[in-house]
Amino acid sequence: MRTKSTVALASAMSASLLLAACGGGGPSAGGGKISDDKIVLAVLNDQSGVYKDVSGPNSVEAVKMAVEDFKAKHGDKAVTTNIEVVTADHQNKPDIANTKAQELYDRQKADIILDVPTSSAALAVANQAKTKKKMYINIGAGTTALTNDNCNKYTFHWAYDAYMLAHGTGKTVTENGGKKWNVVYPDYAFGQDMTKAFSAQVEAAGGSIGQKIPTPFPNDNFATFITKANSDQPDVIGTMHAGGDLINFVKQYNQAGLTGKTKLAVGLMFITDIHSLGADAFQGTQFTDAWYWNMDEQNKAWADKFMAKTKTRPSFAHAANYSAAMNYLETVQEAGTDTADEVVKKLEGKKINDFFLRNGEVRAKDHRVIHDVYLAEVKKKADVAEEWDYEKIVATIPAAEAFKQVDKSTCNMGS
Amino acid sequence: MGSFIQYTLQGLAAGGFYALAALGLAVIFGVMGVVNFSHGAMYMLGAVASAVLLKELGVGFWGAIVLVPILLFLFGVLIERTLVRWLLALDPLYNFLLTFGLTLIIVDLVKKKYGVSGLPYELPAGLDGRLAIGGVSLSKYQLFAAVFSVLMCLLVWLLLTKTRIGMIVRAATEDSERSRALGINVGMWVTPVFGFGIALAGLAGVLASPFRAITADMGTNFIIILFAVVVIGGLGSILGAVMAGFLVGLVEAYGQAYAPAFAQVLIFVLMAAVILIRPSGLFGREEVS
Repeated sequence: MRTKSTVALASAMSASLLLAACGGGGPSAGGGKISDDKIVLAVLNDQSGVYKDVSGPNSVEAVKMAVEDFKAKHGDKAVTTNIEVVTADHQNKPDIANTKAQELYDRQKADIILDVPTSSAALAVANQAKTKKKMYINIGAGTTALTNDNCNKYTFHWAYDAYMLAHGTGKTVTENGGKKWNVVYPDYAFGQDMTKAFSAQVEAAGGSIGQKIPTPFPNDNFATFITKANSDQPDVIGTMHAGGDLINFVKQYNQAGLTGKTKLAVGLMFITDIHSLGADAFQGTQFTDAWYWNMDEQNKAWADKFMAKTKTRPSFAHAANYSAAMNYLETVQEAGTDTADEVVKKLEGKKINDFFLRNGEVRAKDHRVIHDVYLAEVKKKADVAEEWDYEKIVATIPAAEAFKQVDKSTCNMGS
Repeated sequence: MGSFIQYTLQGLAAGGFYALAALGLAVIFGVMGVVNFSHGAMYMLGAVASAVLLKELGVGFWGAIVLVPILLFLFGVLIERTLVRWLLALDPLYNFLLTFGLTLIIVDLVKKKYGVSGLPYELPAGLDGRLAIGGVSLSKYQLFAAVFSVLMCLLVWLLLTKTRIGMIVRAATEDSERSRALGINVGMWVTPVFGFGIALAGLAGVLASPFRAITADMGTNFIIILFAVVVIGGLGSILGAVMAGFLVGLVEAYGQAYAPAFAQVLIFVLMAAVILIRPSGLFGREEVS
């Protein structure tokens, strides 16, 4: 008994010592140079759950690639060569994301948090970034709230959002003759948001939405939902499902034999989804993509380097993580410091052209990073030249049109 | 009306599949008294195995439907011999916890090896397209899966109730001491039952491959519906599992058609109602103790 309490006392004391040490070593070096003599990039995402393949560990790999390339480029002239990449698993849960973000900023001395898929988790981290006054670039989440009602000075949104997807797919498909839509969506925040965004775009383009059918989430059997969605012979059936539910839906949709008469439009699709089903299943399906690895030589060159590291082809999230990390480091290099306020100042309004961001711009008002996005179509199986070669780019949607117009943003950052 | 018949058909087709998927649960519980929580994971293993067989060895659907149940039978035997057996004498809760733990391990191992996005699989040749009769139509594969499932259920029922093997197995598990006294090697008969139940889960997994997403998590949600099926039917009753399978399929189809947001909830409302009125399920026997 005595030993137990002694141990407890000792550990309590050392813990408080540790805390004191941490407090003392807080934000050092006011106004210049590199805090703690190193730059720490943290990737906070789903390392084991549904978004693991879409982003996950390979995004960490992409960020490490960016660090290597940055060091190679600047050599001795780099602001520092002491750059560390740390990672944490938020399991797509907002409460875990919240604690992990605090831990990363405070204990691991992260200067920036990257990625964070799942909208609710993404918003929790935005809140931490604001409180801690530390940088945060979101890539994996789709919610437009990050650059509207919940925007803040330290939060940037790099790759895509629900508006961009709805605008790209909803508007284009309607304009190409798909006037009568039925939408099937998973009955939770993401599905509801996407349905709202799509409805607005379809109606603005002169189309109409007949049925909006909510489905349980997650769900395995869609047979009757599909029959119901097709019951009034729409031009387009739009599905807002993601991951496993999307695969279930499309497999059963194809077996329902509606292909041909009614067109299928997919709200959010990752290249991993096409890979899961095979090009056959999606053949001809159009969707909006933020980036595609085999679009041109520049993308392909990066995808080859990525493949050498990971044995697989990158999703747009992998590419975006690299781009965000690289541009963050470059901005730190320009600013000569990793102090968040200085970096934000340099980043706002910056025009960027890299393999991911074509005609990119970091909008100063709402921190939405705009860039060219693409209307893609899934290739016929016969046209697929190699594994992962699934997409044909049908049209480029210019940066200025692809995202919600800046004057429509409800973002108000205060100062 | 036409659409009502269509929904009914779809419900029955889904129900046939649910019956087969739940059958292994019912067999293992009925014979051994083990609530096998890992049934969903075994179902997933069946689907993943068929996808891997296709990709690595070029073994198609028809090969998988024979091979995969054999593989899972062996796996089941291994688990029974090494783990489940030692807990049989204890409270059923122990085996429930054991199989729950197994589920977590298996699912995470599959995630580690094959990732989380679905594995590709294609419809077997000849079963694509639809069959239309009058104003209603069903996908050929769905029909095949349902008919095949019902036949399997019938076979298992015959095996357990009408054959000598079935009689021995039932005697061995119902009263192991007396069976032993009559010269039956009880240990030899119990192990294959567990393997058999697991093989049935694997078979359902193969059958699911062409029309369900093949992911490590595919059994995680499915097991909940399967438990609803066996509880509604009466734990351990094979006829109950089949009837409840159809019932759940129908309730789900009507739910999807007429009250989409409640499609899944309705299944559990049905379950709650059945438990209130007949605690042992529609076809379950009252426990006499």
